[in-house]
Amino acid sequence: MPLLDVRNLTVEFPTRRGVLRALDDISFNIEAGEVLGMVGESGAGKSLTGVSIVGLLERPGRIAGGQILLDGSRIDNLAAEPLRRIRGRRIGMIFQDPLTTLNPLYTIGRQLTETMQTHLPLSDADARKKAIAWLDRVGIPAAAQRIDAYPHEFSGGQRQRVVIALALCAEPALVIADEPTTALDVSIQAQIITLLKDLTRHQQTAVMLITHDMGVIAETADRVAVMYAGRIAEIGPVAQVIRSPAHPYTEGLMQSIPSLDQRVERLRQIDGSMPRLDALPAGCRFNPRCPQAFDRCRTDMPALMDAGATRAACWLHA
Amino acid sequence: MSKNHILETVALSHRFDISKPWLQRLFSREPRRYLRAVDNVSFRIETGTTFALVGESGCGKSTIARLAVGLYEPTEGDIVFEGQNLATARAQPAIRRRMNMIFQDPYASLNPRWRVRDIIAEPIRAFALASRPNETAARVGALLAQVGLAVSDGEKYPHEFSGGQRQRISIARALASEPDFLVCDEPTSALDVSVQAQILNLMRDLQRRLGLTYLFISHNLAVVRHMADQLGVMYLGRIVESGPAETIFARPLHPYTRLLLDAIPDLDNIGRARTAVGGELPNPITPPPGCPFNPRCPLATDRCRTEKPAHTAAGDVLVACHAVQEGRLG
Repeated sequence: MPLLDVRNLTVEFPTRRGVLRALDDISFNIEAGEVLGMVGESGAGKSLTGVSIVGLLERPGRIAGGQILLDGSRIDNLAAEPLRRIRGRRIGMIFQDPLTTLNPLYTIGRQLTETMQTHLPLSDADARKKAIAWLDRVGIPAAAQRIDAYPHEFSGGQRQRVVIALALCAEPALVIADEPTTALDVSIQAQIITLLKDLTRHQQTAVMLITHDMGVIAETADRVAVMYAGRIAEIGPVAQVIRSPAHPYTEGLMQSIPSLDQRVERLRQIDGSMPRLDALPAGCRFNPRCPQAFDRCRTDMPALMDAGATRAACWLHA
Repeated sequence: MSKNHILETVALSHRFDISKPWLQRLFSREPRRYLRAVDNVSFRIETGTTFALVGESGCGKSTIARLAVGLYEPTEGDIVFEGQNLATARAQPAIRRRMNMIFQDPYASLNPRWRVRDIIAEPIRAFALASRPNETAARVGALLAQVGLAVSDGEKYPHEFSGGQRQRISIARALASEPDFLVCDEPTSALDVSVQAQILNLMRDLQRRLGLTYLFISHNLAVVRHMADQLGVMYLGRIVESGPAETIFARPLHPYTRLLLDAIPDLDNIGRARTAVGGELPNPITPPPGCPFNPRCPLATDRCRTEKPAHTAAGDVLVACHAVQEGRLG
């Protein structure tokens, strides 16, 4: 049984001009100890998927269909209180901006001990001892002294380390990391990704890694889901999706990334841009930009189907 | 300076005054404090080529961009644009017209209350480049077509466009004064990769067609590799390595350049761990003595901790590193 099982998840936003379907029939799962990458352009629905799983979907957005199962039991229909207990204890979260995740008025020690004591039966002294151990583990130098410092006294990279400690300290089974390195410089990015990978592997934590950076996915993820306009376009093992993509969108995406190894005259570009939610085309949502689109693509919406080593939502593989 | 260099900076430095207010300083008896954002930077850009500056946040690359178009005045050193010192030449509209800038955020750099045609027409009007209104309109139409937009898009407002289209509008505006030299400060950092490819292709096409010279600023080495002819790697306000981009990417010398290249997540590295480098950027207000990179450098010696390395030539690359100079490089 997979640790996280998302089945046919649909999220809608009712607006004055009609209902916008931001996520449409999303299905995927993550095993314990596995890293699933989620990539896509801004507005594709990657962050919304993460937010829906942890039950932080803001009104007027609502889950209009489908189920989310954690360890076999549904969490999408829970009331606020039981959901709050799951959040933090079973599911940890790491967001893009470490400054807004940390409370500027509390010392990081207090934030760590509070989080642990909310979810684990620990005495004050034990919680503090564990908090120092966590800071040490995420690579904060002189953890025993730094524990009483405030977030603003840390650099950006160190703050993200604290956020990782905060997300992992209650030993959750699943971590949702939404663009954890995007706000950081490249030389710091590598440190944070390595750290996240080592810690989650050690604890057999399942990770949903949301990012727009294919390079980060390539190095970190076991499997990857490519999202486009609220649907999963392709999902499969990371090496296959990157080296032999089955969906024309994935293929275009991979080729539009400038390479460090060679300089080409022109980058392959995907013309046009992702459709807005209020102007989705009929059929496959990628068809207006797809160089290989044919009649069926313009009328019927493809579901995920087997396409060699991956699964792709594309009629080319029907 | 040879004739075919459009822009040259000579020992350029810029510092920001970050002192506390006067009264506070008086009570706490603190001296004035300065942040040296750009420290003794010299480079030249050949006409029709792209010079790229790459570095992490706070290294001073955007300050150089602003200095190069005259938005800041250098604290020390000179910027020479086509043989004329920019400090005095900027007073001439004829010189100002010839340089322009493309900014990072296409959401913040376009006036939301103006129609696109007015945004693009502003430089034409400001420099009086068209004699009649319908001439202006024709120029705006041609500019829109040049960046891949429809002439009818000129009637719309910026919010009706996506990020990539807005960046096209920024480029059209930058081209409106018929410049030769464009400073591009992270022009694609706010864009998605598939759109980034469109904009980078467009910029290369325009360069070839119009003979433009770019000062291209980015933190993304892969993008820089795609665009740059010449490259300068910056760290804490200094250029630590500069030279032909091909050479530097093939054989990086400075330990910081090597660190940057190693740190980039690459599609070919599936499942492979990166070389994680320890340490973080030091505070630029109190830079470390000696070589600014020494606290993070695996090759640092006592000399690196006390003496600032000068730029020395290694082939056609200039590099500021004691280890390279002493042949200690692995």
